[in-house]
Amino acid sequence: MAEHCEKIVGEFSIYTAAALKPKLLEALAAASALSLDLSGVTEIDSAGIQLLLLLKRETLKSGSELRLTGSNPVVDEALALCNLTGLFNPES
Amino acid sequence: MDELEQAKQTFVSEAQDLLRDMESGLMQIEAEPDDAENINAVFRAAHTIKGSAGLFGLAHIVSFTHVVETVLERIRSGKLPPSGDLIALLLECRDHIESLIELLTRGIETPDADTEQRAEALRTQLLGFLDGEGGAETAKAHAPASVLEHDVAESQVPDGQYLVRSRYWHISLRFGEGVLRNGMEPLSFIRYLKKLGEIVHISTLYDAMPPAASMDPESCYLGFEIVFDSAATKPDIERVFEFVEDDCQIRIIPPHSEVTRFRELIEALPEADLKVGEILLKSGALTEQELEAALHNQVVAENQADVPQLPVKRLGEILVEQGVVHAETVRSALDKQDKVQANKLKESKSIRIDADRLDDLINLMGELVIGSAAATLMARKHDLIDVLEAVSSISRLIEDIHDRSLRLRMVQIADTFNRFRRVVRDISREIGKDIDLIIDGGETELDKSVVEKIGDPLTHLVRNAIDHGIENAETRALLGKPANGQIRLNAYHESGSIIIEVSDDGGGIDADKVLAKALANGLVAPTQTLTEKEIFQLIFEPGLSTAEKVSNLSGRGVGMDVVKRNVIALRGTVEVTSELGAGTTVTIRLPLTLSIIDGFLVMVGDSSYVLPLDSVVECVEFTEESRHGHEGNYVAWHEHVLSFVDLRELFKEKGPKAARQTIVVVQGGGQKIGLVVDQFLGEFQTVIKPLNKLFEKLHCVSGSTILGSGEVALILDVLAMTRLVETRVEAE
Repeated sequence: MAEHCEKIVGEFSIYTAAALKPKLLEALAAASALSLDLSGVTEIDSAGIQLLLLLKRETLKSGSELRLTGSNPVVDEALALCNLTGLFNPES
Repeated sequence: MDELEQAKQTFVSEAQDLLRDMESGLMQIEAEPDDAENINAVFRAAHTIKGSAGLFGLAHIVSFTHVVETVLERIRSGKLPPSGDLIALLLECRDHIESLIELLTRGIETPDADTEQRAEALRTQLLGFLDGEGGAETAKAHAPASVLEHDVAESQVPDGQYLVRSRYWHISLRFGEGVLRNGMEPLSFIRYLKKLGEIVHISTLYDAMPPAASMDPESCYLGFEIVFDSAATKPDIERVFEFVEDDCQIRIIPPHSEVTRFRELIEALPEADLKVGEILLKSGALTEQELEAALHNQVVAENQADVPQLPVKRLGEILVEQGVVHAETVRSALDKQDKVQANKLKESKSIRIDADRLDDLINLMGELVIGSAAATLMARKHDLIDVLEAVSSISRLIEDIHDRSLRLRMVQIADTFNRFRRVVRDISREIGKDIDLIIDGGETELDKSVVEKIGDPLTHLVRNAIDHGIENAETRALLGKPANGQIRLNAYHESGSIIIEVSDDGGGIDADKVLAKALANGLVAPTQTLTEKEIFQLIFEPGLSTAEKVSNLSGRGVGMDVVKRNVIALRGTVEVTSELGAGTTVTIRLPLTLSIIDGFLVMVGDSSYVLPLDSVVECVEFTEESRHGHEGNYVAWHEHVLSFVDLRELFKEKGPKAARQTIVVVQGGGQKIGLVVDQFLGEFQTVIKPLNKLFEKLHCVSGSTILGSGEVALILDVLAMTRLVETRVEAE
């Protein structure tokens, strides 16, 4: 199965988490790899981080792949704060 | 028995298990020096024994085991190569610990001077291996250090408490699910925290997050473990989380806190102890020693407080946990965690039961079987059809339960077999032969009482095989055999018996020499013609084994009669097959259990007797004609002359004599004889009741049983009867 691309634009937070969860899980289930473009994210909070962790956990379970693309200082800062950068970007 | 004493007993039996593991593990190291998992297991065993001994204040065990552990640690870290000599020494040390435990079972906690001396000698040898490692370590190992002293050597403070070395704060946060909905953002608290100092390390935990389907994206499942460098005061840091304190578990541990604080933390957190320990280790909050101490102390503290009220099982759990937790955390290997969990699961699936209690149960079950047979009999006697139906279904259930409770006593023979690894190793080292031991069928089960008694005969056979069976290296090379001799232990079930084979690929038995020896000793008359099988069977005769020269039988001889006697005492048989130059196999056939036999019920007058069914060959009518004019107690039987015993005479039975008597032909010890009875009632499952000591000397009777009617029936010893006939024939 091909890689599936998904782009998140705007807030990736408690306000959008409920809507994003099923969408992202579906996207992940539909492909062997999900590439998530976060360059358009304007704000990310614990709820967003949590969703990323959920997706990551699902990929570990199913053996699929999650890639975060599109550099975004807001996202990078939040991931760094939680010491999760390495988890999502194993190569860096 | 007070509970501390009980706990100590648990320690003893666990230590014995661990010592057994240690023995096989040490030998395994010799075979596969690179098996890290195995070396770890040996280390862990020593470590756990030391730790548990510490709980009971058994200083001599602790100090001795400590040195052993230190050496094992060196092996584990690859600093000390596990040479054959070192393993031999460690095995000796293991034996010494075993003897210390053994003393403990006899209530001796302070060993005598001899034991101390032996410990000292072993210790000196061990330290010899450590010497290359620097004097300081040696000195430390040499001191009779207690567990705690060792574990916290570097951070000990005068008052006996010990503090962690980390100069950082440790902050543990677990946010409540409602945090986000209440409009609070966990990340912002952490950002705020950064204003008070520097976050040295942070671990984000999301173990609390449920599976994808039930995960609520608006709930918070996050937790954080933070190592924090700050000059702020505790109230300052607490104030950071002021707004969230109702909705978050906050634990703040100041720098240089007592290790116990971390212990409490580990206990309080929802994640598995191992995981938390690992995070603490990785983030630098605790050093390895401190973590060990924290986890170790957990056991000590709990135990000190609780032992008097502690149920035995709980202690066992703690010990297991301790043994596992230690090594695993030190190794920091995530992938091992699953295994630990699985082990724990396995542990909780089996329980330890005193063998006596099991025997009691089985005895009672035997009584129940008899009782139910009596009920059936009564119902039949009074023609109570409906009662009979009910009783028969009950008795079917009882038989089921009886079978199952008998099975409880079945143990695998593997433990017994594995003990021979050591025997083979030690003897072959001693006499300089290289011998491989191959074990098959270790999973074969047999009754515990049989297992206990089969050890000695097996040892005898294995020793014989090593000593006399396997040739020395030169001879083997000359014969073109592989340099390493081979001894094989095998076990399997066959038609209600268990078969145990001891084979070697040695020189085999020279039948001619055995025969010559037997002739010289008068065991065999020169006129007798014997098959090869019969000749081999001669090696079990006492006359041969007492012969002074054993080696001239090109093989075995020592104590083979003892082996046979032991096996027969277990109602088994032993046979030997051998091919000159290729090897020998001794086959032992044993009943699966000693408490039940398939019996053959016969009546003489008013009394019942039971014969072991497997000894019964045939039943023939006994008539005056069948004597064919033979004088004395002989009848013709299939062109043979059969000696017989009239049970009526033997047991002085007075009851009415049957019009037509029967001869039951039985065989025992290779001899066939006839037994004259009045009536035979057929097969009968017999629960053997041992005879009272008073009747021990009774001839021809091996036990008793109770029949359904409540009557007692004696179980006849067929072997003794054949001997009786033999002596009678000789007298004539």
